[in-house]
Amino acid sequence: MSTLDDRLNPAAVRIMPVAKAEAASRRAERPLLAFLRRVLLSDYFILYLTIFFFVVASIFFPTLSAPGNIANQLSNMWPLLAVAVGQTFVLILGGIDLSVGSIMAVTSVVGALFITQTLDAPTFDKSPLWGTLISDQGGILAGSPNATLIGVIVMLLLGTLIGLWNGFAITRFRMAPFMVTLVSMIFFSALALWLTASRNISGLPEDFLVLGKGDIISVYLGPKLTPDIARRDILPMVTYPFVIAVGLAVVAQFILSRTVFGRQMFSIGTNRRASEVSGVPSRRVMTLVYGFSGFCAAVSAVLYSARLEIGRPSLGDGLLMDIIGAAVIGGTSLFGGKGSIRGTFFGVAFFVLLLNILNAMRLSPFVIDAIKGLVILVAALLDITRTRLINREQRS
Amino acid sequence: MTPILETQNLSKAFFGIAAVQDVSIQVGQGQILGLIGQNGAGKSTLMNLVGGVVQPDSGTMLYQGKPYAPRSPADATHARIAFIHQELNLFTNLTIAENIFIEGFPTRGRGPFRLIDRAAVRSQSRAVLEEVGLDLSPDMVVDRLSPGERQLVEIAKALYLDASLIILDEPTTSLTTRETDKLFGIMRRLRQQGKALVYISHILTDVLAIADQIAIMRDGLLVTQEPAENFDVNRMIALMVGRSIEQLYPPRTSKPSREKLLELSGISARGIVQDIHLTIHQGEVVGLFGLMGSGRTELARMMFGLDTFEQGQIAVNGSSLTRTSARQSIRNNVAFVTENRREEGLLMNINIADNIALVSLPSFAAALTQIIKQRDMVDAVQQVAGALQLKSGNIVVQPAKSLSGGNQQKVVVAKWLLSQPTVFIMDEPTRGIDVGAKYEIYSIIDQLAAGGSGVLFISSELEELMGMCDRILVMSRGEIFGAFTREEFDQEAILRAAFRETSNGSNGSNGA
Repeated sequence: MSTLDDRLNPAAVRIMPVAKAEAASRRAERPLLAFLRRVLLSDYFILYLTIFFFVVASIFFPTLSAPGNIANQLSNMWPLLAVAVGQTFVLILGGIDLSVGSIMAVTSVVGALFITQTLDAPTFDKSPLWGTLISDQGGILAGSPNATLIGVIVMLLLGTLIGLWNGFAITRFRMAPFMVTLVSMIFFSALALWLTASRNISGLPEDFLVLGKGDIISVYLGPKLTPDIARRDILPMVTYPFVIAVGLAVVAQFILSRTVFGRQMFSIGTNRRASEVSGVPSRRVMTLVYGFSGFCAAVSAVLYSARLEIGRPSLGDGLLMDIIGAAVIGGTSLFGGKGSIRGTFFGVAFFVLLLNILNAMRLSPFVIDAIKGLVILVAALLDITRTRLINREQRS
Repeated sequence: MTPILETQNLSKAFFGIAAVQDVSIQVGQGQILGLIGQNGAGKSTLMNLVGGVVQPDSGTMLYQGKPYAPRSPADATHARIAFIHQELNLFTNLTIAENIFIEGFPTRGRGPFRLIDRAAVRSQSRAVLEEVGLDLSPDMVVDRLSPGERQLVEIAKALYLDASLIILDEPTTSLTTRETDKLFGIMRRLRQQGKALVYISHILTDVLAIADQIAIMRDGLLVTQEPAENFDVNRMIALMVGRSIEQLYPPRTSKPSREKLLELSGISARGIVQDIHLTIHQGEVVGLFGLMGSGRTELARMMFGLDTFEQGQIAVNGSSLTRTSARQSIRNNVAFVTENRREEGLLMNINIADNIALVSLPSFAAALTQIIKQRDMVDAVQQVAGALQLKSGNIVVQPAKSLSGGNQQKVVVAKWLLSQPTVFIMDEPTRGIDVGAKYEIYSIIDQLAAGGSGVLFISSELEELMGMCDRILVMSRGEIFGAFTREEFDQEAILRAAFRETSNGSNGSNGA
């Protein structure tokens, strides 16, 4: 790391040659300790940890490293990444968005209700929309050539609007983000159940389903014995969800690190009062960030719904811990002013792997949840330790 | 007769700067000691030493004839010393009775089943409330009381603790005249009962009226302690001010022009400021002096748009405004260096470059995409940091919190300089920074004025205003109570205006 450091920080080298030399001699004495320290302080720490876990766990559970499993785990990552990106933005502001799960649920069912091609009268005539938006002919867009396009736009718009509402309530009425998004969470999750009479909506058009698994680059591993390769043996590696989620993450990272908006987000998250004195339009930035979080939740809902092939009113249930957990593991602070999309990406990878390992161990879902909670706690503690070490290094 | 409290050669320094130095005072039984001095003279530190809030570096105290060395405020309470702070220490969400008994409720029952004896709480608190003449239910929540009533609750609490020594730190700043009279009545009664009182105040006539002894502090030293008969207001002020200005200030290199940059006319907000008229000219450094609570910071916040005012207008940059906001002020080329760097000035965890760029961030962005041209930004930041001789490591890495106080203040100034304002409002820009850094800030102020900006320099250190300003306005209780041009600068006259002691005609006549 010292060479990287030197490149980034020439002034520090000039000013503190003595400290550097001392640090170097310390390193020489205890190479292992110095190595661990470097790994711990690296921005890529969670990535290293993920790789380390993967390698070690693969020894005990060889199925983990089977190509089929890897493809499967990758496809688990993308929808989670999409929604975690939005949450990271909110956390950087020093806020929290508890409503992302229910935004996913409500956008999933609303989108599905628009575009579904078949609906079952005895189950769905209990829905308040029966006879208006939906009928036994399916949704209002059923059979339309643009159904998927309009459906997706409706979902994204709806998610963004709910997010903007959250932001509006928080900035205009000066309510606590926890409160506002908690109410949204309860309200929209109930709405999703009410609209669908608590049923999953199937019968989604084929071109919508492609969004959940359509592959761009796939691999086939194994001997070519017959002229045709069975579809299930082909492993999708680069899929539409991959492109969509990673694209979203790249754009988000760009906004965060390169634009005025991103700097203003960090400044509000660090010290809102000082930012306002300096003319940062805090209300506008905050409202837009909550809107973006809603948008990301909707993107995630599109990916999940298409993959599961249903509109699901319980889509976001239990996902909140994974979302916030992934962001926190990735080094985003719940106190605001600190975080990155890169970190969240690693956090998502770590979380998905963790779940995969726990499942491979055949633990009960309750034990898995308990362990997930502990991991988040450890991640938070680790982050505090790292910050302290980094501060000490800057001072010395 | 042995005094109730005697301090012997007490000294206390903070970060190497002496706050209290070799101070010996005495308070006798049945005596009120008036303690006066300018802001920062060491009065509050001295009383914090007595109250156990801080511990002395050297020196001793005798309390009721015995050595007394409190390690904490609880020790002081235990010794029956009550300390009524300037900012009241009541729990506003609790009732009057709960506040009075917060140190220990009367209980009934024993062991783990001890319960608060509500009846005793009520009857005992009613008794002490009666003693201070407060006709309120003990069950009333403190939140609903006026400042004066809260003060009386504090005193009731002291009575309940049966304090032998009661310290009152500026108790009357938030009181009406009637409440003040009532407080004095109670203080006289306590004196008759043989209690000792220490009364800290900026209102000199009050001190003269009620105190038996007067102690005057200046720069951490005790100037004198004498019977009150020996003093009049003029002598008090002269002793508080002391020495003349030394060469602590850079020479001013420019003269103000007639061009008006900013003009306030009739700014009022009920209970805060009243009918303020103020003009800042090009190249001018206008000082705004006032005691704590005089409304000077509030006025600055209104000018900049952080707080609202009810009446009046601000004329700036060719427009006349009846309301403004921080963003609007920035567009009008007004800058505001706030009183507290930590809360409102800096992004402590963020690097120096981003701190300095914050105000003018949009100007470094590409028009449509809002992408920041990082190199332009860092170049501009580096230039202004260099001009201010900011001492730091790599500005794009080092966080603001790692800088010394003086360099932090330079970052705040640099942040505003970068947006090229014409009017600078600076609220206590030299607070908490060392002498060398102060000189540098003064030089920056002079350079700003020389460059054609106007500066409103707000301070509670009169000396620095006299050293740097072309004109000093004095605020007192929300009004501008005096205006002095450089030729008229006179510490005593200015302080007299701040204390509203208007015996000579130098105030108000110059217009603002």
